[in-house]
Order: sequence, then C-alpha cells, then structure tokens
Amino acid sequence: MTSEKEPAARSRFSAGVMEYRKMGYWQPDYAPSDTDLIACFRVTPQDGVDPIEASAAVAGESSTATWTVVWTDRLTACDKYRAKCYRVDPVPNSPGSWFAFIAYELDLFEPGSIANLSASIIGNVFGFKPLKALRLEDMRLPVAYVKTFQGPATGIVVERERLDKFGRPLLGATVKPKLGLSGRNYGRVVYEALKGGLDFTKDDENINSQPFMHWRERFLYCMEAVNRAQAATGEVKGSYLNVTAATMEDMYERAEFAKELGSVVIMADLVIGYTAIQSMAKWARRNDTILHLHRAGHSTYTRQKIHGVSFRVIAKWMRLAGVDHIHAGTVVGKLEGDPATTRGYYDICREDFIPQQLEHGIFFDQHWASLNKLMPVASGGIHAGQMHQLLDYFGEDVVLQFGGGTIGHPMGIAAGATANRVALEAMVFARNAGRDTLAEGQTILEEAARSCAPLRQALEVWKDVTFDYASTDSPDFVPSVTPAE
Amino acid sequence: MRITQGCFSFLPDLTDDQIRSQVQYCIDKGWAVNLEYTDDPHPRNTYWEMWDLPMFDIKDAAGVLLELDACRKAHAGRYYIRLSAFDASPGWESVRLSFIVERPKDEPGFRLLRTEGAGRNQIYSTQSYAVDRPESERYDA
Repeated sequence: MTSEKEPAARSRFSAGVMEYRKMGYWQPDYAPSDTDLIACFRVTPQDGVDPIEASAAVAGESSTATWTVVWTDRLTACDKYRAKCYRVDPVPNSPGSWFAFIAYELDLFEPGSIANLSASIIGNVFGFKPLKALRLEDMRLPVAYVKTFQGPATGIVVERERLDKFGRPLLGATVKPKLGLSGRNYGRVVYEALKGGLDFTKDDENINSQPFMHWRERFLYCMEAVNRAQAATGEVKGSYLNVTAATMEDMYERAEFAKELGSVVIMADLVIGYTAIQSMAKWARRNDTILHLHRAGHSTYTRQKIHGVSFRVIAKWMRLAGVDHIHAGTVVGKLEGDPATTRGYYDICREDFIPQQLEHGIFFDQHWASLNKLMPVASGGIHAGQMHQLLDYFGEDVVLQFGGGTIGHPMGIAAGATANRVALEAMVFARNAGRDTLAEGQTILEEAARSCAPLRQALEVWKDVTFDYASTDSPDFVPSVTPAE
Repeated sequence: MRITQGCFSFLPDLTDDQIRSQVQYCIDKGWAVNLEYTDDPHPRNTYWEMWDLPMFDIKDAAGVLLELDACRKAHAGRYYIRLSAFDASPGWESVRLSFIVERPKDEPGFRLLRTEGAGRNQIYSTQSYAVDRPESERYDA
C-alpha cells in the first residue's frame, strides 16, 4: 500500500472534490501516539470502491472532512485534527471487508463526554453511501482520556464491601412475568426470592410505570420485601429499582425516592442514552447507590458483525460512563454470546489492563488507569445445573441472574433461590478445595443436592435445557505465528 | 433462623478439614487470613472484634486452624466467628473471601421495626433480638 504524496498546499485546497486518501486521511507511515484514540472499523465498501479510499473516507467523515475541499481548513491546524487511517488489512475469511485502523488526536474530543466521543466516531459515517456496511470493532482509549471520566460509581471492590459479600458470584433474578403484576404481587416475588437466598432481584428493562403498576407502588412494596428478607436472613439484600423514565426530571425523582426508601441499588436502561447514563452515574456516586445498567436495545446494532458497533465498544463506553453493573452475556444461556467474544467483554469490564487478544476480539492493549471495575451480569436462560460452567467461564466477580431459573422452580420461588445459592456455594467451595469443577460439575451438584431437596428438583426439571446455536458475532482473526529468533 | 452471611452459610456447617481446604486456598493466593468474632450479627455491623492481627506470615493452614481452636476455646457458643482473607494486591486491597466458621446454637434472628414516614413510606430498622441483652451475655453457650 503506497502513501499518497501530500500535494502542495495551493492545489490541495483549491475548490473541488478530491479523494480522501489524497487529503491526508490515509497516512500509512503514521505511528499513533500514546495520547491518540485509535478505532478499528470493519469497512465493507460498495463494489468497485477501493478499500483504502473507503477507509480514508471513514477517517475523514468521522473527523474533519466534508465531501468537498473547504478553504477554511487553512485557518486551522488541520493536519492535527484530521483523523489518520494508518493501516488497512483484509478481514480473514471475509472477502470484501477490511479492518481499517484510524488514529484520532485527543483534542478532537470533549473531556468526560461519551456523547461527544460517540457523535464524533459514529456520528455520520455509518450512513456514508460509498460503504455497504461499517462496524466499529474496538477502540483504544488513551489513559489521558480515560482519566477525564468518573468511571463506575461504586465499582466491584466497594460494592462487595458495602454488601458484605465476598468470594462468590452474586445471585440475582428478574421478576417474572415481566409485565402485569401489581405492586403488591410484585413485592411477593421479591420477598420470596431474597429470603430464599438471592442477593438481588431486578426490575425488567420495560418495567417503568404502567397502568398495572405505578412506579411508586413498585418501589414501596419492593423495599418492604427487601427489608423483610434482610431481617429474615441477616444479610444485606437489594432490588434494582428501575428509574428509567421519559425525562431526566422523572428519573431523578424516582432515584430520590429509591434513596429515601433506603435502596442500595437503582437501575437504568441503555436506551435512556449516554448523557442520561452519565448523569445517573454521577447521581449514584453522590448518593452511595449502586447503578445497574440493562443493555436494552443493544442487539439492534451489536449483533451482526458486518454493521453497527461491537458490544466491546459499548462496554468500554459504559465503564467510562460510570455504571456499576452491565449485562455482558451468559455464553450458555438463551441470548447471543460466543464464548471467546464474551470473555473479551468480561475482561473489558473487570481488568485494569487488557492486552491485545484477537481471539477474544480485543484489537488493542487497553489501560484503565485504576478506573473502578464494572461488575458484569450474566442473565437470560441460565439455571442451577450450569453452575460449574458459569463459574468456569466467568469467575466470581459477576452477578448470575436466574429469572425463570428461580421463579419457575416447581417448589416455589424461595426454593428456586435456595437451589441456586446452594449450587453456587457448593461449586465455589469445591473449586477452592482444588477440585476440577468443570469435569466434576455434575457430581458436585449431585453431592450438594443430597442435603438440599430444592436443588435436587431444579437439577431434575432443567437437566436438558441448553441453548446451542451458532453465534452471529465471533472474532475474525488468523492465529499469528511468531518466527523463531 | 440461620444467619446466611458469608460465602458458605447455605452449606452444612464446615468440618475442620473443609475449613483447612479453604484456608490453604487463601494462603496459596497470597491472602492474609484473619479471624473475627461478634455477638451482634447485624448485617451492617462491619467491624467484628479481631482475634489478634491478620496472619500475614502463616504459610500453612494448620497454623490458622490452631488459632481458630484457641479462638473457639475463648468464644465458641457465645459468639459468631468468621474467617476472612485479605488481598493486598493493587486494585483490590480488600477482603476476597469471608465465611462463618462458628455460630451460636440458637440464633434468635432479627426484629424488623417500622416507623411510619411521610405518605406510605416506612422507615425500617433491623435489630437482632440477641442485642436486647448486654454484650458477651447475648447467647447461652
């Protein structure tokens, strides 16, 4: 791939249309600096469009360019503000698509604003006509930029200290049916599940304030249930009170009420938008409250690898934005989740440094510079019989949410919760004691079930439930070989 | 009732061999094991009494079990005893595992006090029935 010679200034800025690669958006010799933000896009140009020109156009349209030359560029330090595409590689096994690496100067972005970051990087360019499709695969956030964000309001370490729960995954359940319960009935589910052994219950993403249950009813009955369960077990309990609403004023009102009632946690949906999420994260930090985020809506743009934004980018943005929990996939459950890709998401949430790992879909080294860790949540179609796999995939800093797998238990909700808690504690104990939990998982569960009838029943009812479908979003990479010295 | 704080309260009470396996896991991870006891098991009572300092330098679980025995001799029956493991590595610097190893025979549980607040708001307060009696006389050995 040859570099385009920068034309002399006078001809470069004469009126007319010019190829993006000739305007300085393609610089194969450019070495990104430590303070540059780097993005990796999957570019699928229209037939006949040169991949380098297409990638240079992506750099242009996501930074300073417009479709024609403008003389006003010369009033600016335009070389600095221009994003620079410095590398274009064919996507392995995907003819017609290329990975384009683009570096952005730090001054292009407002400090601490996901709205500004995303408006820049994904603002216009995804509708650009010369491209068939475009996907933002990953992003390297420079430490200088990371440090302008608050990060998770509470973080894994402090969340555990506050809840006094250490050494095991936390357990949750989403109240089901997700729609139609009155506040009073809803609180019953919360009470049974928490008393039975769960740490958290959760509002579903679309439980806000509907005719069957006004939000204040839900909050009041949930907190009655939380406090009763706390007294019944001697443990700190919580219920994610969803404050998602039409306006910020409504959300603040709901969050304030949750605080007044003594809730340890509130929740919001991804669809409220990045700015609203950042506002709620600041509120959560000010008010000693854990902030749970449901990634409602994300699959509309994360799932197909040809077009959209990868969830690994959304996970990075949400760690910056400051939520404490984020749904990040279950691998074994009912929702999309390739194991290696999901592993990449979990690393993004929990590690302080993540090295490039193409097999997990991680394109760049990422330093988080001690930004709080974000607790991933595994939710959707999981049950006690998978406990060994869940612990093996996710380790202990995760919330395992069994909705149907708690509430659907034949002996009732509290029994379902107990089954999950016993299975979890038995598996953590066995792992710590040095047993090979993945190989002996079934045996360990059966041993634990001997003294726990609810677990026996859970294992029987759900023994054949699996969701084994091919993933639509898996990493495309070629294992690289390092030559011998 | 049975207080379910800690990592293994839903399992049958642990034997010494089982406790040893968990202690060795913590030591192998480089965590300092610590014993604490209390007769006020309120879920937000963070600071249980320390049984001496955390055992930063003990490399064998047997040493921890000796300390546990001594602690039991002094307090078993009348106090809860928990074992915690502290991780001093950067990014954590906190407890990584914590579980109850000894509990009173009868656990009377908690009363939930309600105070009427504004509107339908209830102000809740949780209190162990045991704390109605003075410290160190709360549980019958």
